[in-house]
Amino acid sequence: MKIFQRSFKFLALVVLVFLSTTIYANTSTEDGGQVDTREEVDAYIAHHLQDSHDFSFFSYTNDEGERKHAGFPLPVILWSSEGLVTFMSSEFHHNDDGHVIVEKNGLKFAKIHSKIYELEAGATAVNFDAEHHATNASRVLDFSITKSVVGILVIGLLMFFWFSRLAKQYKNKKIPTGFGRVLEPLVIYVRDEIAKPNIGDKHYRKFTGYLLTVFFFIWLLNMVGLTPLGFNVTGQIAVTACLAIFTLIIYAFSGNKDFWVHILWMPGVPYLIRPILAVIELVGTFVIKPFSLLVRLFANITAGHTVIMALIAIMFVMKDSLGVAGATGLSFVLSVLIMFIEVLVAFLQAYIFTMLSALFIGMAVAEHDHDHEHDAHGHKIPDAQDVRGDFI
Amino acid sequence: METLLNDFSPGLFAVQTVLLLLLIFLMVKFAWKPILSSLNEREEGIQGALDAAEKARREMANLQADNERLLQEARLERETMIKEARQLKEKMIAEAEADAQVQANTIITQAQAAIEGEKKAAMAELKSHVAGLSLEIAEKVVRNELSNKDKQLELVESMLGEATLN
Repeated sequence: MKIFQRSFKFLALVVLVFLSTTIYANTSTEDGGQVDTREEVDAYIAHHLQDSHDFSFFSYTNDEGERKHAGFPLPVILWSSEGLVTFMSSEFHHNDDGHVIVEKNGLKFAKIHSKIYELEAGATAVNFDAEHHATNASRVLDFSITKSVVGILVIGLLMFFWFSRLAKQYKNKKIPTGFGRVLEPLVIYVRDEIAKPNIGDKHYRKFTGYLLTVFFFIWLLNMVGLTPLGFNVTGQIAVTACLAIFTLIIYAFSGNKDFWVHILWMPGVPYLIRPILAVIELVGTFVIKPFSLLVRLFANITAGHTVIMALIAIMFVMKDSLGVAGATGLSFVLSVLIMFIEVLVAFLQAYIFTMLSALFIGMAVAEHDHDHEHDAHGHKIPDAQDVRGDFI
Repeated sequence: METLLNDFSPGLFAVQTVLLLLLIFLMVKFAWKPILSSLNEREEGIQGALDAAEKARREMANLQADNERLLQEARLERETMIKEARQLKEKMIAEAEADAQVQANTIITQAQAAIEGEKKAAMAELKSHVAGLSLEIAEKVVRNELSNKDKQLELVESMLGEATLN
């Protein structure tokens, strides 16, 4: 307990020092910074939805007309054609359209729409084609500690801190106190409402750890996504894809014989149809299910962020037609309302992802040849597990 | 779809995979396992306590039922005993009455017999007395007869009138 408190304090201190020394008012090369027209709003939203290489809280234009950014840079870690290259993101000076070229190890890098490109040898500036694709630069493998990675790390540490403290509490007392009392029902909820009913009493214990981790991970990241810190971790398709693939790997590797028989050689249907069914089942199991998981989460969070930002943008876009007070009021009321819905969606998407993961795992470990109760005529009485088996 | 693929960052995917693996491992080891086992333990404890309470309650009810049954039995027994005693009493009274009747009858019979006997004896004595008396009278009469014939007859007749047998 003490060790945890001390380590948490230490961590907080490190973060604080990091913040205080690196918050910088950086002058960027981009001009304006004003968001007034529809196109600018669209560009701003699209920019926000993407991962970012530095952590900025806000930006403003000072009296001298210089654009200032408050925040701190994050390390950029690239795997380029020449191997590992690292530098701080501040070297891009918040430029996001490929005009600032960073030279490292004799290689030139440019950041275009939050993605880092390596320029071809000999090129000094990025050339764009008509569709605004870079013609003389290619994307590099980017293992940077981006804003999303920071979010993942912060939430991971927070989860670890909270729940390991809750676990420690049980050593001394039967009922947790303080914040643990809030966390415990959530753990019980995931176990009793998600893991147990979908996987079954016999196997649920093995998978509950994964389900709990994923549930709190998604939920908390969804929630920080709603804060003005501007995280959009669960709206990164790489993150949701990773989560979905974890679920896929888990259910593919814990599937029992019945599961594979039902995929590859479905019993109870004509032999001619079986190979066709096998193809459908294989596609469904290995592509559609994980794809639906990753797209559902990604799309819901992306949509939520887009809608909230679009409603906030009413303030600027409609100030001519409604007046400043009218546009601000309308934007405020609508965004507050949608914010409530988004808080619900944050929980709902975490719940759905976890629930479906549990359901898919449950299908893989379901036992079809269990003992059936027989009615008076010796027919099998289908029980809940059969019914579930029939539907999924 | 092209934008989707374009937005997909393999680097972020790799970083997320490593971090998620690490997070799952740490959470399972240091949080979920102890939490879930403690929860299970606690739930089993609660279930056990509830079961024990239920068992105690049932035992108590059994005990109470037993007591009730014993009490009922005792009550029944008492009633039977009282009933038997009453019957016995009545029987005894009846027997005693019958006995007394029989004895009384015997005594009465005996008394009657004795009275009869006494009566007969008294009769016999009386008869012999009367006979003696008669003889005396007869003697006296006979003596008188011898002096006066008329008077003798008169005497006999009066005597006879007196001795019309009692």
